[in-house]
Amino acid sequence: MLKEKDKIFTNLFGDEPFHLKNAQARGDWDNTKELIKKGREWIIDEMKKSELRGRGGAGFPTGLKWSFMPKDSKLTNYLVVNADESEPGTCKDRDMIRNEPHKLIEGCLLASFAMNAHTCYIYIRGEYFNEAVVLQKAIDEAYDAGLIGKNAAKSGWDFDIFLHRGAGAYICGEETALLESLEGKKGQPRLKPPFPANKGLYGSPTTVNNVETIAVVPTILRRGGEWFSSFGRPKNTGTKVFCISGHVNNPCNIEEEMSIPLRELVEKHAGGVTGGWDNLKAVIPGGSSVPLIPKSTCDTVLMDFDSLSAVKSGLGTAAVIVMDKSTDLVKAISKLSHFYKHESCGQCTPCREGTGWMWRMMEKIGNGHASSNDIDKLLDVTKQIEGHTICALGDAAAWPIQGLFRHFRDEIEEQLKKTKAA
Amino acid sequence: MAKVKINGSEIEVSDGMTILQACEEAGIEIPRFCYHDRLSIAGNCRMCLVDVEGSPKPVASCAMPINEGMSIHTNTQSVKKAREGVMEFLLINHPLDCPVCDQGGECDLQDQTIAFGPENSRFEENKRAVEEKHMGPLIKTYMTRCIHCTRCIRFADEVAGVNQLGAVNRGENMEITTYLEKTLDSELSANIVDLCPVGALTSKPYQFEARPWELKKTETIDVMDAVGSNIRVDTYGWKVKRVLPVLNEDINEEWISDKTRYACDGLLNQRLDTPYIKKNNKLEQVSWGETFSQLKKLVMDSDPDEIAFLVGDFIDLETSYLIKKLSEDLSIKAVDGRQEGCKVPFNHRSQFLFNSKIKGIDETDCILMIGTNTREEAAIINSRIRKRVISSNIPVALIGKNVDLTYKYNHLGDDINILIDLLNEKNSFYKKLINASKPMIIIGQSVLNRDDSLQIYSLLETFTDKFNLIQEDWNGFNVLQLAAARAGILEMGLIQKNKSVDDLVADAEKGKFKLVFSFGADEISYENFSNCKIVYMGTHGDRGANAADFILPSAAYTEKDAIFINTEGRVQYANKASFPPGEAREDWKIINQFSEVLELKWSFLELYDVRDEMFAKFPHLKEDFNDQNNGLVKIIDNKANEEVEIINKDTRSSQEKKNDTINGNIKSFEENSAKKIFNTAWADLNDRQREYLRKYNYPETWSEFTEHYGFKVVNDIKKKNNVVLLYEDQYANSIGKAWNDLTYNQKKWAYTKRNKNNLIGLADDANFSPDGIVVLNDNQEAYYAQPKEINFKIKNLSFSIEDFYINDSITRHSSTMAECSRARSEVRSSVTEKAS
Amino acid sequence: MSNQKNAFVFNKENEIKAKEILLKYPTDRRQSAIMPLLDLAQRQNENWLSRDIVEYVADYLEMPFIKAWEVVTFYSMYYTKYNGKYLVQVCGTTPCWLRGSDQVIKACKEVISPEPNTVSSDGLFSWIQVECLGACVNAPLVQINDDYYEDLTYDTTKNVLQSLIDGSPLSIGSQSGRKSSKAVS
Repeated sequence: MLKEKDKIFTNLFGDEPFHLKNAQARGDWDNTKELIKKGREWIIDEMKKSELRGRGGAGFPTGLKWSFMPKDSKLTNYLVVNADESEPGTCKDRDMIRNEPHKLIEGCLLASFAMNAHTCYIYIRGEYFNEAVVLQKAIDEAYDAGLIGKNAAKSGWDFDIFLHRGAGAYICGEETALLESLEGKKGQPRLKPPFPANKGLYGSPTTVNNVETIAVVPTILRRGGEWFSSFGRPKNTGTKVFCISGHVNNPCNIEEEMSIPLRELVEKHAGGVTGGWDNLKAVIPGGSSVPLIPKSTCDTVLMDFDSLSAVKSGLGTAAVIVMDKSTDLVKAISKLSHFYKHESCGQCTPCREGTGWMWRMMEKIGNGHASSNDIDKLLDVTKQIEGHTICALGDAAAWPIQGLFRHFRDEIEEQLKKTKAA
Repeated sequence: MAKVKINGSEIEVSDGMTILQACEEAGIEIPRFCYHDRLSIAGNCRMCLVDVEGSPKPVASCAMPINEGMSIHTNTQSVKKAREGVMEFLLINHPLDCPVCDQGGECDLQDQTIAFGPENSRFEENKRAVEEKHMGPLIKTYMTRCIHCTRCIRFADEVAGVNQLGAVNRGENMEITTYLEKTLDSELSANIVDLCPVGALTSKPYQFEARPWELKKTETIDVMDAVGSNIRVDTYGWKVKRVLPVLNEDINEEWISDKTRYACDGLLNQRLDTPYIKKNNKLEQVSWGETFSQLKKLVMDSDPDEIAFLVGDFIDLETSYLIKKLSEDLSIKAVDGRQEGCKVPFNHRSQFLFNSKIKGIDETDCILMIGTNTREEAAIINSRIRKRVISSNIPVALIGKNVDLTYKYNHLGDDINILIDLLNEKNSFYKKLINASKPMIIIGQSVLNRDDSLQIYSLLETFTDKFNLIQEDWNGFNVLQLAAARAGILEMGLIQKNKSVDDLVADAEKGKFKLVFSFGADEISYENFSNCKIVYMGTHGDRGANAADFILPSAAYTEKDAIFINTEGRVQYANKASFPPGEAREDWKIINQFSEVLELKWSFLELYDVRDEMFAKFPHLKEDFNDQNNGLVKIIDNKANEEVEIINKDTRSSQEKKNDTINGNIKSFEENSAKKIFNTAWADLNDRQREYLRKYNYPETWSEFTEHYGFKVVNDIKKKNNVVLLYEDQYANSIGKAWNDLTYNQKKWAYTKRNKNNLIGLADDANFSPDGIVVLNDNQEAYYAQPKEINFKIKNLSFSIEDFYINDSITRHSSTMAECSRARSEVRSSVTEKAS
Repeated sequence: MSNQKNAFVFNKENEIKAKEILLKYPTDRRQSAIMPLLDLAQRQNENWLSRDIVEYVADYLEMPFIKAWEVVTFYSMYYTKYNGKYLVQVCGTTPCWLRGSDQVIKACKEVISPEPNTVSSDGLFSWIQVECLGACVNAPLVQINDDYYEDLTYDTTKNVLQSLIDGSPLSIGSQSGRKSSKAVS
């Protein structure tokens, strides 16, 4: 259980205004110059010490990612912040942007300095219009106060931030699709290699990081990487903002320690499952792209990367979607299949054709017009999509279905038999 | 160079290759739809997935660059499953259109489904359908069939330079279209029909016309412009159904312009198929004989100064040569083939050719174009320039009309005086030109047909010196011709000294000439010609035919074997794909026959005779021939002939020979060294030459070679390689199935042997029933044999010597047709004797 | 390009905004501005884009029309037809569905129109079902033009819509009294 003094986000719910002076009262922008003076190497080292893993869903070690950027000062490096939060179940970045934007802006400056970038673009999803207005105001405040711009925070580092709004495409949350969208094209992911650290935005070296990853950077640098890594289990360190939604009594966002047991998280902060813990059927622990886990697993699983991948799921964005016994699981997953079909960019064959086919098959199963063979066929199709696509959306579309049938196949087949008999 | 392992065997490939290219080097073909080696990499069809050791999931081989020590597997179970999976996804929404789809039989989707696809379909949902899009009058679209490989979009963006194709919507609703269904307006637009792996984009004029397996394919040369693109003409019977490009890295790569592709349907309309003479102001059909006799009278009745020759844009080289010969023999001076009115008299071939060669565009670092619109005049050359500009950002400037060339260039203005500014270092482009190491200028015809053209031309020659256009291995001085015949006409010298075609026309209008021969010269306006008879030799009822008093129907470019010289000065051989209609004849034959009527004592029996004489007079043209694949065959042949000598000079005693046998046959003791010479000759060829020889089944190994040439001391004359057909009428104007069915060796042999015994056989009918055949024995002696069966038909040449009567006593070469006929009748009489 | 008298051009204010937008991107990368400029044009045109407007923006950035049209049809927030004064977007993805988005849709069907994508008879609304709006702990919710109305029920949805009809919109955010995403204690 995370103590108040250890929380990074002290204004997550907007109890106080977001403005600069309020943020400074909360500790933001405190002597940023000193941190920058400590130098690039020191910053990346601290980040590596903190063992911070990317908060956007993939969980790649942040310090390591930053070290991939070329040190050659002849090239224009870019930092791009991925604020295209569209993973179903996830709504944490929204709060950070509208209530603690200065943490993000300071984080951008520190991260950009560390990777030798003078320019940062923040790509925010188009639906977050009011949040974008707030963020732009905060950026303007920071410019006016000399905290960013030329000689940012008197550190000697020139730094610019630009806000770019998306226009409604989940796929633009994929880093290379985001770069394509920033360049003014359709958000279709690029092939990797080449990686963005070599050829990213406008062909220049670029690092794309999630909002939460960047927003925790100033605090980590101030309190030390070791402090951050004192929370959670090794390689799964730090604090995390969890979004608990679905069949709980008090759906909410909450910043908690990593590796907290799922049961504790749900019961302590979200008021427990509606109808009690024993009314729990299944949980999607990390946003729609990770497979669900049944109650039996939820009893004991810890909320971190390794623990969840050990049970064939994942931490993802730490968006906990709770489903109680009243849920028609097939319908729930079928809605996710519809989501992926709607959001597929259409570039590569398996995803373009496969997501629609999977959704239609899920609907058929949901209507009861299917048999056990159809389930086999569907699972085979998910195997044909997984690993064969350009980006991870294909995998993300396949996994929920695999998770569903891995744990609940018998129940569903029973239901199908009943419907056929009727 | 990097070493990689493919399916367990190591291979060394150059750096920077992708896995797919490395596998191709190793001879392993990886299925793909979206990858094309002339377009950027898309990597979206996912058909090329292969396993790479160390990678948890399969990798798109078209996009992944190789690393030293990479280990690649293309035939594992998971790769097989991946391919089946992708195929299945492509097929679930693909309509079952094969029976009505033009692509059937040459469809990548069909081929790859058979090879790599799943066994049957398990898709039970409804297939999606997409509304047809309109892309213009040349491209027929069935977008339901589209598999979204995006080759067409990449072609339009990168090669054609028109950003008019795109894919709208997202996910499974993705559709490829032009904006607002506007026409795709590029002069190279129909190449996307070739690129499209399925029947989504097909050729509108060719819609439902034929199936690819029904068509006979002939490789030949295009004449719609002076580029000389290599094309393949597909015919069904005598009708030309379509024209497709043939790969030629030096000229047109894999593309042809829309004009080249679609001009072919004009071959079926308004054709001149019999000779006509205007009697009482009406054209009447006549025979060739009458035409020639009347023409002879007219020629005899006129002074040489009263006759003029105008030569048109599609005349082949041999015909140009004969026209020149005719004009010289008749002392006719008014001969001109420069229909666009060129006023500059050329002395040397480098003055009127594209000297850098089209391949030179890939090496140049600065281009100045003067008075030319390459996009309209030579679309292929323009796209080559575009490729160079896009890849290397070289400076390009144009003096002339400001037009959209699909790439960025400096428009210096429309005033010819800018050239003077450049020479005087007064123009901004001067710096770029003077600092270039391989500069190029391209001069258009509009510069050469002005009144001041001579001055401009000499100015341009100063240009050449000033900017160092001519170096030891670089010639940057280029003239862009507009017509396929022009370079040949200029080579042959069909020009008037110090006069242009406008002068000739003016003279004709003044009534100076009594007789004007128009050899396909349709760009001239004959309306005001006075006091003369016009003789028109051509293929269509065009302007010339309308004005003519005599019409001599000739053969179009797909209907004759001919040589065309393109604007680079490259000699290219066009092959006959079809037959001219009715009484129409090949151009050279018409002129040749006319010469006979005029008793000029030319002695041409075959086209090769014309070529021999022409090459003797213009030996540099023959060298050009040897530059291409064709000539290199001669090197092997020469070596082969050496082998014949070696074998024939076998000086072993009979006892030695008896001891020296293999399989009961006497072994040739020189075989090993001859074999070595043969193998070395093969090793010396480059890949392209080898490919060419393989295409014609040229023997590749020593054993094949000896079989084909009968070196083994075997008296078996059943080998069909030694058989050639005999045909009677020397004016036969067609190549039929039988001739085409002969192997390359047989045709080649026939050609080399023709002077000795004139035994070239042509049959224009697969059901040809010859009077007899000529058979070769191993001593290369030819003798005549008559079929035993009356109405014996030649099919597939799979007959045996038993089918014929052979008169052993007539083992001699028949050197003239007359002797042949005599031999024939002798055999016939002996047969009838036997029968009775 | 339209040459009618009332052809679309950016108004004075938007002309300035457009220039400011262009400053955000490198000068040789004008195409990056296509998304914000299309949004700007859409806002000036009652929240929809006609072909003329797309062509205008494409010309403004010297882009081929087809590439601009690709962008318009790819992203779901560019509308090519008029959707009424208020476009009500209802999230129907699983987290919202678990909390009762079907009830919200029922309310929309009753108040606005039984079919989605249809402008109501008073011209004020049309409703569409969209995918995850990114406020899942405040589910179910709708986005009306730029604003989120969260924690809805059948009744509160009707209240919100009615308030818009009455011309005095309710405050945006949670309609159940919560503060943003904080748990109700």
